[in-house]
Amino acid sequence: MRALLRRDLTLAFRSGGGFGLGLAFFLIVAILVPFAVGPENALLSKIAAGILWLGALLACLLSLDRIFALDWEDGTLDLLATAPVPLEMVCAAKALAHWLTTGLPLTLAAPVLGILLSLPPEGYVWLIASLLLGTPALSVIGTFGAALTVGIKRGGLLLSLLVLPLYVPTLIFGAEVARRGAEGLTVTTPLALMSGVSLAVIAVLPFVSALVLRVNLR
Amino acid sequence: MMPDLGKYAGTVLSAYGASIILIVGLVWLSVRAAKKSKKALDKLEQNDG
Amino acid sequence: MASIWQYANPAKFMRLSDTLLPWVSLAAALCLVGGLIWGFFFTPDDFRQGSTVKIIYLHVPAALMAINIWFMMLVASLAWFIRRQHISALAAKAAAPIGAVMTVIALLTGAIWGEPMWGTWWVWDPRLTSFLILFLFYLGYIALWEAIENPETASDLTAILCLVGSVFAVLSRYAVNFWNQGLHQGASVMRAGAIAGDTEERVSNVFAAPLFMCIAGFGLLFVALILMRTSTEIRKRRAAALMARERMS
Repeated sequence: MRALLRRDLTLAFRSGGGFGLGLAFFLIVAILVPFAVGPENALLSKIAAGILWLGALLACLLSLDRIFALDWEDGTLDLLATAPVPLEMVCAAKALAHWLTTGLPLTLAAPVLGILLSLPPEGYVWLIASLLLGTPALSVIGTFGAALTVGIKRGGLLLSLLVLPLYVPTLIFGAEVARRGAEGLTVTTPLALMSGVSLAVIAVLPFVSALVLRVNLR
Repeated sequence: MMPDLGKYAGTVLSAYGASIILIVGLVWLSVRAAKKSKKALDKLEQNDG
Repeated sequence: MASIWQYANPAKFMRLSDTLLPWVSLAAALCLVGGLIWGFFFTPDDFRQGSTVKIIYLHVPAALMAINIWFMMLVASLAWFIRRQHISALAAKAAAPIGAVMTVIALLTGAIWGEPMWGTWWVWDPRLTSFLILFLFYLGYIALWEAIENPETASDLTAILCLVGSVFAVLSRYAVNFWNQGLHQGASVMRAGAIAGDTEERVSNVFAAPLFMCIAGFGLLFVALILMRTSTEIRKRRAAALMARERMS
């Protein structure tokens, strides 16, 4: 289990792709938004929280199809399925590795991009908190989507179509936390709801993902 | 015969038109697929027996 | 006593479907044409909404079907998991495009209706937003069926997607409710909500009878289509099996 996690992390760092790409994409989104909506700081500070959440979500999506694709192609997944480690744990480890290489760096990068988008000073704490609690859900849901599309050639677009509707609750609650935080309102309700979604998803979806993988490996 | 739809005639007629086109299209596609599958299966079963 | 599961036998289902289909189609056509003509030609205009109230005969039945078809797919997916009879999975597959079309009709007629009533084609009202998300779920479900080649795998995976999707669809419904209250608590949404939400309450008897006829018509249309489309799927599956056998021999 730990070995699997370490292997996934090493692969992600070595190939460079997934790790740097998500961050670069996030940066580009944050830079392009002012070009699209105009440079007024008042407008930007109003939409900054939402833009950062959306950017993080899309950046998360970029590296999803790598979660199982390589292991599927070279047969590692068949070995993992027959390994003494339960497949549910494998799915959880994969999701954790994805979060450590995508969600966590995105969360840490978000405040820097917040400055670019003139996020109000009150917003930073809640932006980081909401991303920290919300991005694990994105990784776990994404792992489920990746498991569904693992056997499909060029399933990237399909993966996005399947996963994006499932991201709606997390996005709504997470962006609401960040927005309310930036406006200095109380954030308890959306924060509690988002954490609830994250916890439920983390508890249940690895089992479903493992079920899906077993169907795919049949 | 035609009821007086008043100033909303365009609205009502376009809603009915669009819906009817969609429903008829769905029915037409379903019927066509049904006929096609029936023909294909009949042919295969004739070859078989 | 005969169980309804005996009709899960494809041959029996096809026989039943072939006998029922003409009658159901006839009833659907009668109800739809009758209800729509009744509603379109023989009901008065609403005192506030003018003639646009006639759109209700399409909008409400389509919206009802859009939700109920997803529910039917959920039940069929569960049945597939429990009883492993291919017909359940195929019925769910056959239902999805019908549901997607119903969602489009509901959204489209709603937008056309909203334009003169609210002054805009679209508001991010919870109800409207939920339907848009439902449409995305239909698209994803159909796309997954199309993408997987092995029929058994496709049945399993789409059924799982339907179950997980249902949970998330309900979750989204509540999230969207919450989000909209959070965003604009104000007169415009209250007004929009009152018009979008409470139509049924305000529908008086003059409108109710043809409306129920249209709802029955849409329901019967769905039954007719699902019988036909499920038979189509069974035939396709059988043809594929025959072709595989021929290649083997």
